[in-house]
Amino acid sequence: MTFELVLFYLFGAILLGGALAMISVRNPVHAALFLVLCFVAAAALWLLAEAEFLGIVLVLVYVGAVMVLFLFVVMMLDINLAKLREGFTEYLPVGIVVALAMATVLVLVITRYITMDVPERAGPEYANTEALGAILYTEYVYPFEIAAVILLVAIIAAISLTMRKRPDNKSIDPGKQMAVSREGRVRMVTMASEKKKAPRRGGQGSGADAPGSKDESK
Amino acid sequence: MITLEHYLVLAALLFSISVAGIFLNRKNVIVLLMCIELMMLAVNINFIAFSFFLQDLAGQVFVFFILTVAAAEAAIGLAILVLLFRNRGTINVQDMDAMKG
Repeated sequence: MTFELVLFYLFGAILLGGALAMISVRNPVHAALFLVLCFVAAAALWLLAEAEFLGIVLVLVYVGAVMVLFLFVVMMLDINLAKLREGFTEYLPVGIVVALAMATVLVLVITRYITMDVPERAGPEYANTEALGAILYTEYVYPFEIAAVILLVAIIAAISLTMRKRPDNKSIDPGKQMAVSREGRVRMVTMASEKKKAPRRGGQGSGADAPGSKDESK
Repeated sequence: MITLEHYLVLAALLFSISVAGIFLNRKNVIVLLMCIELMMLAVNINFIAFSFFLQDLAGQVFVFFILTVAAAEAAIGLAILVLLFRNRGTINVQDMDAMKG
């Protein structure tokens, strides 16, 4: 058994173990963390297959961004775990049977009909990132641009879906401020003129005049 | 010596595990989304393995685009999930029957 194969079995075992733990743990936060473990193990396997750039991208983009988003959402939502776990044991036999049947068929097909020669390992002068960039920016430049637009669509969709107008928000819409007209603010009233009354005796004389004077000022 | 079968069997097992995960966690939308991510990882492992054993970089370009679209899908899916939880107060799949499907 070569060192490569030892590494492959090690990371493969971590990958499958992490996946099994992910689907069976009770807490979604732990499930997300086990999924991170799966992604890291898969990145190591991709490095073994000479896909260095994608291995690093998997860790940076997936573990660094997507899984953090998952963890954010899991921790933000206040979910009733007990209710969501109902029926776990009920569906366990069906899940195991389906998974086993599927795995058996796939493994039988793969081991019987698919064989391929193992290519020579590339030397130290081979740069995977450079080779990938060379075809990504020439042959696949149009799909590359479309991928950029898809990401933009995702940004706009996610923001517009989750943004909401809070009812207790006191901020003022500048458009409404600019559209103010004189008619909306001032009301002209025609009324007969009033004489100023003599102040009453007692302490609150000055206050009694206030309503009358306000009417005149309109 | 790592052969192609090693990678393909590993990806097949991973895919089967994530199918089982969808069966087991059929009430929790978050874990369902995670299982879909795991399935996509299994497919990507196949792509990478074939890319190496055929010595063709097109497979890796495909994985690159799959990762891009999967990131967009995860962002929109989680946004919908947050919206759903805000409006309904639950993420149980059994409670999502407004369309009577």
